[in-house]
Amino acid sequence: MERPDIEKKLVELLVDELGIESESITMDATFEEDLDVDSLGVVELLMALEDTFGVKIPDEEAEAISTVGEAVDLVMQKLGG
Amino acid sequence: MSRVALVTGAGRGIGRAIAENLAVLGHRVAVNDLTADAAGETVAAIKKAGNEAVAVGADVTDEAAVGRMFDEVTDLLGPVEILVNNAGITRDNLVLRMTPGEWDAVLNTNLRAVYLCTRAALRPMLKARWGRIVSISSVSGLHGNAGQANYAAAKAGLIGFTKTVSKEVGSRNVTVNAVAPGFIETEMTAALPAAVREALLPAISLGRFGTSQDVASAVGYLASDSASYVTGQVIVVDGGLAL
Repeated sequence: MERPDIEKKLVELLVDELGIESESITMDATFEEDLDVDSLGVVELLMALEDTFGVKIPDEEAEAISTVGEAVDLVMQKLGG
Repeated sequence: MSRVALVTGAGRGIGRAIAENLAVLGHRVAVNDLTADAAGETVAAIKKAGNEAVAVGADVTDEAAVGRMFDEVTDLLGPVEILVNNAGITRDNLVLRMTPGEWDAVLNTNLRAVYLCTRAALRPMLKARWGRIVSISSVSGLHGNAGQANYAAAKAGLIGFTKTVSKEVGSRNVTVNAVAPGFIETEMTAALPAAVREALLPAISLGRFGTSQDVASAVGYLASDSASYVTGQVIVVDGGLAL
């Protein structure tokens, strides 16, 4: 899966799972401050990522993510891309 | 509004009354017990009354079985919107004589299963921004009860669990509450010696044991839209018990 595909999918998840407006989502946007996602929302998103991409994201790696782009990086890395 | 409800341990006793009452309130009910057969009588009673129910057999202490049960209910009725953690057992003994086996069996069924089922139920509830989780505690967990160190520990633990989860998921319009029954006429309390039953009555303001329906009514309320601003609470249904 190419990076643009993962970005597209992640934006879909943010819109579907967390009800975020798609216009406000950029790769530099931080989940907690820019997108106003709370800690539970981050967990919901991680679980959705794991299901969607068939990857396993350990808590310590999840904690290091703060922007949308970093989440894409992590999924890329997990998929061996 | 008709919702999908799952009641664990609903083949008989209080669980059965809860399942039947939720069906009367218009909900579609998945009736769990250890086997689908054990849930059969409850399902038959609900259907006979003209309401909708399915039997789902699962050992709720088994993580994989719980996962399969939620998948099955989702396939048959849709995502669970109301979860009632009712399954419970007793293995009474004075703590000096209590075996680790008696301890583990009670903690597994009365507490671990509550965690497993709640965790499995939560994700679709969070996404739907609506959910009701009601767990059946006990006055044993509030006051303690000689011979029930394992049961009281599990039932008290369930209250801490309920209050904590209510804080974790409140922002998603999911409420989490507990009902603590006192002495209710069931097979479980029928096993009490007559002398023990007689001795208990003066401690109950209403002067009688409660019925399963009394408990079911409280659960029905907590599961309803009327209780949308009630969370992290324990409703005590004990006839005014003073121990």
